[in-house]
Amino acid sequence: MNWKPDKDKPICPQLCEHMSSQIASGYYKPHDKLPSVRELAVLVGVNPNTVQRSYEILEGQGIIYTLRGNGRYVAEDITRSQESIKKLRVEKTREYFSQMKLLGFDTDETKDYIKEWSE
Amino acid sequence: MSELIRCENLTKKFGSLTALNCVNLSVESGKIIGLLGPNGSGKTTLIKLINGLLTPTSGSITVCGEAVGPKTKAKVAYLPDNIYLNSWMTVEKIVKYFADFYEDFRTDLAYEMLTRLGIDKKTRLKALSKGNKEKVCLILIMSRNALLYVLDEPIAGVDPAARDYVISTIINNYNPDASVIISTHLISDIEQILDEVVFIKEGNLLLNKTVDEIREENGKSVDELFREVFKW
Repeated sequence: MNWKPDKDKPICPQLCEHMSSQIASGYYKPHDKLPSVRELAVLVGVNPNTVQRSYEILEGQGIIYTLRGNGRYVAEDITRSQESIKKLRVEKTREYFSQMKLLGFDTDETKDYIKEWSE
Repeated sequence: MSELIRCENLTKKFGSLTALNCVNLSVESGKIIGLLGPNGSGKTTLIKLINGLLTPTSGSITVCGEAVGPKTKAKVAYLPDNIYLNSWMTVEKIVKYFADFYEDFRTDLAYEMLTRLGIDKKTRLKALSKGNKEKVCLILIMSRNALLYVLDEPIAGVDPAARDYVISTIINNYNPDASVIISTHLISDIEQILDEVVFIKEGNLLLNKTVDEIREENGKSVDELFREVFKW
């Protein structure tokens, strides 16, 4: 996993978003077992308490579930994680367009360029 | 969760110099804490008070609920900022020495980490580079099964790849009953693994917050905030 959280934003919500996107994109499928708190902490290089909190938030949102004494799993219904992905898509797109604006390209020019680039 | 360290109005003076001024601090178990401040701010003084190498001028400090003494020292694993091991000893001898000295020492874990970092146990300490000596010292400390780990500048001299290994060792060693205090200048390398940070400036406790609180309130990393607060 090559993901690294942004340095100027709180880590916990970023980790929640990251795990949601891993689920929505199908990297983790419904009922897949997720890494343990310690494993994920080492994998992404963050504090174990942060991972614990992120898992609790995701569980509260119904994105993952816990089998007592047996670890955490991806929930059957992945609509919630797909929603959070959509939110992320809006944010990233807005970020991209505002960066292009800084480079001097207005929205229409950027749209034209995306079309050109993807062809 | 239990309280591992409690400082009340902790003050340490060296003659006319006040190294620590009325510090109130509580450290709970299960945390990784960054002790941050510029050179000469009082970090090492605080660390030495925790380890009983200095006694307070006024105020009090308790470790695991007791006054600092032989009982608390058995529960604290301390990595000083200088190397204190005999340089003529081989790595293997030092490991045996530690195993004899500390009841809570895990020899197999020490060898596992030494092998992982490619340090030959037959080598004498004086034949190792500065960075490798520091790695050996850190491995010895992290191989103890202590309640409190106090690391004074643990990663300053080691290369970035070994730094990553050190950081994952600290995470892997995480135990909800124990806490780790890390004093360092290399904040950006380490802030992601911290729960809380403590800023010390000229002997005064300036700030004690979680990393996510700092990022949320300031919209910047702990490293950036440090550079701003301690700007010359």
